[in-house]
Amino acid sequence: MSDEKELIIDAKNIYKRYYIGHPNELEILHGISLKVYRGEFVAIVGASGSGKSTLMNIIGALDKPTEGEYVLDGIDVMKAKDKELSAIRNQKIGFVFQTYNLIARTSAIKNVELPMLYNGIPSKERVRRAKELMAMVDMEERMYHTPDELSGGQKQRVAIARAMANDPAILLCDEPTGALDSHTGRVVMDIFHKLNEEQGKTIVFITHSPELADECQRILTLSDGIFIGEREGRVNAPA
Amino acid sequence: MLLLENIFMALSGLKANKMRSLLTMLGIIIGIASVIAINTVGNSMTSSIQSEFEDMGANNITIGVSQKSSSSEEDDMGFMFNDGPHSTTMKDEDYLTDEILDDVLAKWPEEVKGITREATVGNGQVTIDDDYAYVQVVGENAFGLDDAIADDKLLSGRKFKKRDYTEERKVCIVSDYFCNNLYDGNTSKAIGNNVKVVINNKNYYLTIVGVYKYEDEAYSSTSEKDTETTAYIPVGTAFNMLHQKSRYQQATIATASGIDVDSFMSEAEKYLNKRYYRNNESFEISSFSMSSILESMTSQLTMISLAISIIAGISLLVGGIGVMNIMLVSIQERTREIGTRKALGATNTSIRFQFIVESIVLCIVGGFIGLLLGLILGSVGSSQLGYEARPSTESIIFAMLFSMGIGVFFGYYPANKAAKMNPIDALRYE
Repeated sequence: MSDEKELIIDAKNIYKRYYIGHPNELEILHGISLKVYRGEFVAIVGASGSGKSTLMNIIGALDKPTEGEYVLDGIDVMKAKDKELSAIRNQKIGFVFQTYNLIARTSAIKNVELPMLYNGIPSKERVRRAKELMAMVDMEERMYHTPDELSGGQKQRVAIARAMANDPAILLCDEPTGALDSHTGRVVMDIFHKLNEEQGKTIVFITHSPELADECQRILTLSDGIFIGEREGRVNAPA
Repeated sequence: MLLLENIFMALSGLKANKMRSLLTMLGIIIGIASVIAINTVGNSMTSSIQSEFEDMGANNITIGVSQKSSSSEEDDMGFMFNDGPHSTTMKDEDYLTDEILDDVLAKWPEEVKGITREATVGNGQVTIDDDYAYVQVVGENAFGLDDAIADDKLLSGRKFKKRDYTEERKVCIVSDYFCNNLYDGNTSKAIGNNVKVVINNKNYYLTIVGVYKYEDEAYSSTSEKDTETTAYIPVGTAFNMLHQKSRYQQATIATASGIDVDSFMSEAEKYLNKRYYRNNESFEISSFSMSSILESMTSQLTMISLAISIIAGISLLVGGIGVMNIMLVSIQERTREIGTRKALGATNTSIRFQFIVESIVLCIVGGFIGLLLGLILGSVGSSQLGYEARPSTESIIFAMLFSMGIGVFFGYYPANKAAKMNPIDALRYE
């Protein structure tokens, strides 16, 4: 391994505008630049309305910027077509949502298998990997339960396992503890730390809570569609 | 792989919303059930008619003397031999003669297997002490007798010998019913007996030489004892009893298998009319075959059941619209799921595929329930009408394919709508 840090997210001058009928134009992001390196645990903090969600959608290849450059793990997202965006989301990004977004009426393990299904991984391999991931988040005993039989914390653990399914370049977490009480929120945060420290997983963590953000290596503060500050967190970057 | 997963998912969705799924499928169920039921009944009727006709001989052509139609227009369904409302009485020379029939045999030795020559003497009664039996006395030539009584149907005694025909002997072959009534079912006891047959108050004496097994006609309402069975006699004997020269109003030509019955029929008809009936002012030869009647009956029945099926098919259309409606609702409800799937890497194609599969599964399950229901209804209906239930394989395949088609057709629009959802909006949907 070279000492030089590998760039995973390289976004330059990202603008996002919405056109709510001419001539009304709404600019949400005003030229944001962001670099995230492999193995980093970065928090993006901002009040609601600061453009967090829009930025997350762009980082997560759910949406394209109106203007700017965005290279994700060596892939130029700006040039990707719909189908390629799907593949990027599938293989490069693991989403963890505030509201878990597990597929209803589908067992936990099937939920974990889903990204692999879209990635064309054969059934046997899928099941093996899903079980491994369920063990990682300590959910082996409940893997055949459907989401409505699971608690919030359990659901989020399944969601993390699902996000890890295709071993993505980054985990993109949108307020993952927002709907959890402080205890289960802690459990979930510990899983992220474990993934970051033990597997060197790159994590982009979007939150409005400064306390949780402090746990990360680097904290970026977003306000009105532009970064207004960057600071080091309590956790130091791994060597 | 994705297909199987989608099918399982769709099935579990059906199970989760049982009531809703059932109501949605109802249109499909009713539509398919009625199409299948109608087709089953229609098919049962057709095939039972078909087999009845085949028993009568599909290779047979009946030629007969009929009155020339006064109008120039040809009535191709007019198989009424001299039974028209303004019939002229037939004179001896108008009838078919042995000469004409022998000519047919001589002219087409390859095509014609034989000709049945038949003469009905009349209906009569045989009485011995207190016992009685009703008989219809019919004269047959050797070929006709073989056709009427298959070899394995002869229970005892013999068929007519050559001399029975040439000497026009007063011999007869009676049915087992006849023996049951008069000889306590002892068929060999009947052989050799001379019985008196009373026809129109005239007495005829016939010697029993054989007993055949009578085939009970389906749905006959008379008791076995009162059933009138045929007593066969040589055809020449029949003409003697009638005090007539041998003449026939109609005769049945059995053609060899493998020849085109219809074209042979028209050829023979043309030939006979030209040769024997050209100068006859009021009568001509007309002919028909079982196959031609069968064809027209079958095609009519098929048309009728097709027409009813189309009407029933309208409910399939309504059912399809129901499926589309529920798919649209379902997609609305599952907007977040669609968003999530897209975030996890589902392409538009795989989302579209998922919902089309779901719609197809809904329709196929409905179609299958409808199929079972239709088969039950059709079988009950057929047996009520007195036919053996024969579901048609084509209509089963058609029903399943059609319900699948409905699934694709009415599922495409909702599925496409789902596929085109913007993942961000879908994820944010409350």
